[in-house]
Amino acid sequence: MSKRHVLSIAGVNKTFGGLKALTDINLNIEEGKTHAIIGPNGAGKSTLLNTCIGRLKPDNGTITFEGTDLTGGNMTPHGINQLGVSRVFQTPEIFPDLTLLQNVMIPAFAKRDGAFSFNIFKGLREEKQLRDEAMHLLEDFEMQNLAHVHAGSLSRGNKRRLELAMCLIQHPKLLLLDEPTAGMARHDTNRTIDLLKKIKERGMTKVIIEHDMHVVFSLADRISVLAQGAIIAEGTPDEIKGHPKVREAYLGTAEI
Amino acid sequence: MQSIVESSRTRDTFTLLIFIAVVLTAPIWGEFIGAGYPDLLQKFAIFGLFAIGYNILFGLTGYLSFGHAAFLGVGSYATVWSFKLLSMNAIPAVIFAVALSAIFAVVIGYLSLRRSGIYFSILTLAFAQMSYNMAYSVLTPITNGETGLQLKSSDPRVLDAALGVEPQAVPLADLFGITLNGYAGFYFCAAILILGFWLSMKIFRSPFGMKLVAIKSNQTRMEFTGFSPRPYLLTAFVISGVYAGLAGSLMAIVDPLAGAERMQWTASGEVVLMTILGGVGTLFGPILGAATIKYFENIFSAINNQVLESAYSFMPEWLSDIAILLTRPFVGEGWHLMLGVLFMAIIIFLPGGIIEGVRRIGGIFKKSKQIEEDA
Amino acid sequence: MDAILLQVLNGLDKGGAYALIALGLTLVFGTLGVVNFAHGALFMMGAFVAVSVQNLLTISMKVRDTSITFFEAYKETPYLEVWFGDVGTTIIDYSVPISILIAIPIMLLIGLAMERGLIRHFYKRDHADQILVTFGLAIVLQEIIKANFGANPIPQSAPDIVAGSAAVGALIGAEGIVYPWWRLIYLAFSLVVIGGVFAFLQFTTFGMVVRAGMYDRTMVGLLGINIERRFTIVFGLAAVVAGLAGVMYTPILPPDYHMGMDFLVLSFVVVVVGGMGSLGGAVAAGFLLGILQSFFSMNEVKEILPGIDQIIIYLVAVAILLIRPRGLMGKD
Repeated sequence: MSKRHVLSIAGVNKTFGGLKALTDINLNIEEGKTHAIIGPNGAGKSTLLNTCIGRLKPDNGTITFEGTDLTGGNMTPHGINQLGVSRVFQTPEIFPDLTLLQNVMIPAFAKRDGAFSFNIFKGLREEKQLRDEAMHLLEDFEMQNLAHVHAGSLSRGNKRRLELAMCLIQHPKLLLLDEPTAGMARHDTNRTIDLLKKIKERGMTKVIIEHDMHVVFSLADRISVLAQGAIIAEGTPDEIKGHPKVREAYLGTAEI
Repeated sequence: MQSIVESSRTRDTFTLLIFIAVVLTAPIWGEFIGAGYPDLLQKFAIFGLFAIGYNILFGLTGYLSFGHAAFLGVGSYATVWSFKLLSMNAIPAVIFAVALSAIFAVVIGYLSLRRSGIYFSILTLAFAQMSYNMAYSVLTPITNGETGLQLKSSDPRVLDAALGVEPQAVPLADLFGITLNGYAGFYFCAAILILGFWLSMKIFRSPFGMKLVAIKSNQTRMEFTGFSPRPYLLTAFVISGVYAGLAGSLMAIVDPLAGAERMQWTASGEVVLMTILGGVGTLFGPILGAATIKYFENIFSAINNQVLESAYSFMPEWLSDIAILLTRPFVGEGWHLMLGVLFMAIIIFLPGGIIEGVRRIGGIFKKSKQIEEDA
Repeated sequence: MDAILLQVLNGLDKGGAYALIALGLTLVFGTLGVVNFAHGALFMMGAFVAVSVQNLLTISMKVRDTSITFFEAYKETPYLEVWFGDVGTTIIDYSVPISILIAIPIMLLIGLAMERGLIRHFYKRDHADQILVTFGLAIVLQEIIKANFGANPIPQSAPDIVAGSAAVGALIGAEGIVYPWWRLIYLAFSLVVIGGVFAFLQFTTFGMVVRAGMYDRTMVGLLGINIERRFTIVFGLAAVVAGLAGVMYTPILPPDYHMGMDFLVLSFVVVVVGGMGSLGGAVAAGFLLGILQSFFSMNEVKEILPGIDQIIIYLVAVAILLIRPRGLMGKD
């Protein structure tokens, strides 16, 4: 059993104009594991993810992904993605003007051709392999019928699933999920859980932020609890269930 | 909006062949709509090229540049200088114009693209105004200021001199012995237009084009998907700048002079209008828009009171007086008023332009057909 | 030293015009969220209100010219002079100040009509559409003016009494410096109007609501205040300010149909330098750029950097946008 750490967050602090959003965060994400971060609203969960993908710079501390420091001055969001980190956002970020198939193909191009490539002499149609791969993925998501529909017309739940597909086609080493099932109907939530379980079998490392405890306990190998910007507990799902501090932090806002 | 349409290679080849056929037969079909003379057809081709290029930036990425006339001017000046210094042959002139406008586009694009939205528009506007002002003042030794840059029989033309080409009294551009005026000039423009259209189609059908639309659609997602948007935007900017430079070069090839007014921001506004009128982000829209505007400009700006009177002569006198009173401000000198009204009308009522209009009408037909079938 | 002082003065009246136009531009952007490319046209329309008033006042008839005795000569004499004699002449002489009174209601009407008829429908469209539709409107307005008044500049004169120059230098012991009275008046006028607008926004309930709306529109809407109607009036106010700037500028620059576009481009630069949506920034940047422009027009400067006067404003704008995109006083 390998104990390699894919992502290491060490001593990260972040303040917004005097307000402490993150206090001395230390977190190690093991390879192949699904690590859930839970906590009440405003606990700093999204802020933490944003520091990992280069959207926010932490005030101090380091975030290391497979030996590369993500907090360095020359780290850009696209650079971090190219290292193998993909992210699903809290509000789905997709390309509404493009079809579902195109939406899924674009990240595949990023993975294959890098941050910039200029080749206009091979048309989209001729990218057979990439196209088939995208189509297969849409089939996995049971969205193949929508392949040529503009993504802007999708329901919110489907937009989320599309975004997940866009991340998965990159076969990221690390997948960050910010409430991947928020706003989904129960049925869609269960389908998404099944999908995420399938990926887990392939050994993809995931960090997941989630409110829905059903999702968390279905998927997570480890759980960290964040409250007021600090990690107050960390452990296996069973350990967390019985943790007194966690109960205190949640105070009945969720069933644990 | 349907900018990126996936289409098979055969269909694209077919489209391209039709396009080529339509362009090459322009002198024939132009005859039937009263556009059968070289000056106007040259304008169709030149402004079509300008608009096609502009569309690659504005149509695909959504970045609204108000400064593309600057590249038009650069292309014209470069061409006339090539005529003065090197040769009356159009090939070195075109190459020189492309190179120089590309350099300008890289510099202006690099700086302007550091901002987006209105700030990008204002930056490009500022750069264009700066170029225009400089062409009028400090750069007079290069641009010949208000008079404009013209050819003289005393220009050195080192290549021509070396090859022993006889200097003409009134120098005209040529292509290895073929004088590029009249229809020869048109066919030269047409050849470059076809090349430009082909390249634009390649971009529209390529992953590169799709990525440009993706930037327009959601730039944040683009960044977190592993793409660096700026090189894409800069490439699109430079490509469209080179198209503009080429158009400027063609202007100077069919009529060898260059003036600063080509760089004025109203000229930038005109290409925006052409693109929008035809259909932003569509393959055919821009050239359709350019041809429409140049066609009607030609007709309407030539209309004067006499023409109006004879046109309304079937009416009783009082009615024709009213009709003249109502239409006079929009024709002749007032063509620009018409253009302004058209501009507003398109943006208010038909933001997708002519292409969108055609599609809507097509939609109506489809529906009525369906109703029939249902019945 | 004297020369520099003179350049500062020269810059101030131009700066006043920039500031007045930019003030309206940024007010409209801050409240309505609309980038109005037709704002320069409002400045131009104001100038042509002055032209129209002068044309009206000087409608003439043929009168026997008594100064010529050896043959029957006639000269064009305005009705006002024929009817009221010297009083009439004086009225004509004061046509520009009179135009101010007339321009206020006219510009207000134009502004309200523009907002109700066009701008209102573009609140929810993206900035590119707003830019394009107002750009179209600007072309329409300037072509209408061109059709009615021709393409040539039409000179207007300031009242005789202020036609000369003021020896402003005497105040600070530099006798050599003289400065046209009208330019001083323009400067004073622009300061008064700017002060008026600020006072209006600062001290009236209406102004308070507008400022709150600029700060957070949804919030004000939630309080049950009809912010839209107030914004219409704000647009009218911006139109009046731009129009007055135009009226008063006619003796300095003979108006023509494209003056609006010329000033608009510069005013955009001013707004951007000052910080989009910042009123104080617009005013400060207006004067600053006016002075900068006239300073770089000095021969001594031009000798070192030829042509710099033509591009200095744009250079500053580019630098500001790249280095400090929020502008001098802009907020996030």
